[in-house]
Amino acid sequence: MNSLLKIENLSFGYDKVPVLENINFEVIEQDFVGVIGPNGGGKTTLLKAILGLIKPDNGKIIFGRELQGRKKAIGYLPQVRYIDKKFPITVLDVVMSGSIMVGKTLSQKAIRNKAEALLKEMGLINIKNKAIGELSGGQMQRVFLCRALISDPKLLILDEPDTFVDNRFEGELYEKLKHINKDVAIILVSHDVGTITSYVKTIACVNGNLHYHNSNKITQEQLEAYNCPIQIISHGMVPHTVLQMHNHDHEH
Amino acid sequence: MDTFFELFTYDFFQKAVLAAVFASISCGIIGGYIVSRRIVFISGGITHASFGGIGLAFLLGFNPLLGAVLFAVGAALGIQFFTKVAEIREDSSIAIWWSLGMALGIIFVFMTPGYTPNLMSYLFGNILTVTNSELWWMFMLNIVIIAFFILFFRKILYIAFDEEFARTAGLPVSLFNYLTITLIALTVVLNIRVVGIILILSLLTIPQASANLFTKDFRKLLILSSVFAFIGTLLGLFISYFLDIPSGAAIIFTLVLMFGILRLIKSFI
Repeated sequence: MNSLLKIENLSFGYDKVPVLENINFEVIEQDFVGVIGPNGGGKTTLLKAILGLIKPDNGKIIFGRELQGRKKAIGYLPQVRYIDKKFPITVLDVVMSGSIMVGKTLSQKAIRNKAEALLKEMGLINIKNKAIGELSGGQMQRVFLCRALISDPKLLILDEPDTFVDNRFEGELYEKLKHINKDVAIILVSHDVGTITSYVKTIACVNGNLHYHNSNKITQEQLEAYNCPIQIISHGMVPHTVLQMHNHDHEH
Repeated sequence: MDTFFELFTYDFFQKAVLAAVFASISCGIIGGYIVSRRIVFISGGITHASFGGIGLAFLLGFNPLLGAVLFAVGAALGIQFFTKVAEIREDSSIAIWWSLGMALGIIFVFMTPGYTPNLMSYLFGNILTVTNSELWWMFMLNIVIIAFFILFFRKILYIAFDEEFARTAGLPVSLFNYLTITLIALTVVLNIRVVGIILILSLLTIPQASANLFTKDFRKLLILSSVFAFIGTLLGLFISYFLDIPSGAAIIFTLVLMFGILRLIKSFI
């Protein structure tokens, strides 16, 4: 498996307050990494460093051959809470905006067709001319997923795609990601540890530093050992991996 | 009715109508951008700071619009500098530049010997006294704005909607931000003669609010804002002429009235 990106000794701080310290981390082809950790632990900051939105104080990020010219090879879905929902823009335009740099080689018409195909696939084609602010949370997340996918990325970065999403759609979303993951590596930040662990392949706990866990089975004890103080919460409806923890409990 | 058509034969009125067309297009487009991006307050700061330049021009005896451009662009850059480099909160830096520009203007005007008869027309505007050279400048500004928005429409839209995403896609976000803030400064200054420093925010926000009632599509919003701005400006111009009241204030009153009526119509359809 080829390496997509490799982070070496990365550190970053805002106003001299360290947020990330000495991070080492590698993402390979077809990886599906779940990034978990407490609020303020640096999950989003790590994503921003990978996306080139912030410049690390120390260390470096080495991009593999697949991500050379990485500007269009990384698809990004930001936290929806930071999106201005009153902005006058249609669903179709939002999706097309994912192809800004690709637009240099593709015609507007080709981009539009591609955007419409993606919207059809996500069951959103009927609302393509609606304003972004008129959508439900689940619809909005799917629109931003389309925007992230339109550039045919090799790596998909998702920052809490499950916020504002109801349980039914959450399951759909993760099934979709599982399908996408056949060709595209995924880094997914989530606060819902119970749910993501049943879909991701590996787990990274970020809380100032980063602990890599090479499987999707993680226990409360391991989380604590990783200095990652979060609770594994179980939700109904959606498949989740809390079993492991129960077994563990019974053994004692 | 005869007096109505007779109006259009007067040279000063023809110029005023032309000024209304140019002001509506530039303010409609730039205002649509400002409102969508929620930078109305920055634009207010830039506008009012330009008064300092007008005062300086009165004192030293050069073209007031040139002074206004210098102060407007200076304030735009100053606000950016205060916010990003000196780390002062953005709304505070805006207020500082807003009031500094006005204060300097008052000091300069006070120091200017004699009476300054044109001062009121810069503060409150007078579309009926627009000169030929001002019309030419407004015309050229319109060409630049239309060309810029046609050529870079998608990039402007994408950056305005989600700046961070645009950065990850490798768009030159900072360059576009500087270009658009410069266009805002130029639009404000060159339209000062139409409604004046104190009232120009209205042309940048009220037609846009009206347009936003009927469309949530950025492209249509820019066009519809220009149309509403033109209707309001022209109607205001007639009202100002027939009721013999100041043109700038009449135009704004008309724009607000239009918004109210359109809002009512919208709740019935």
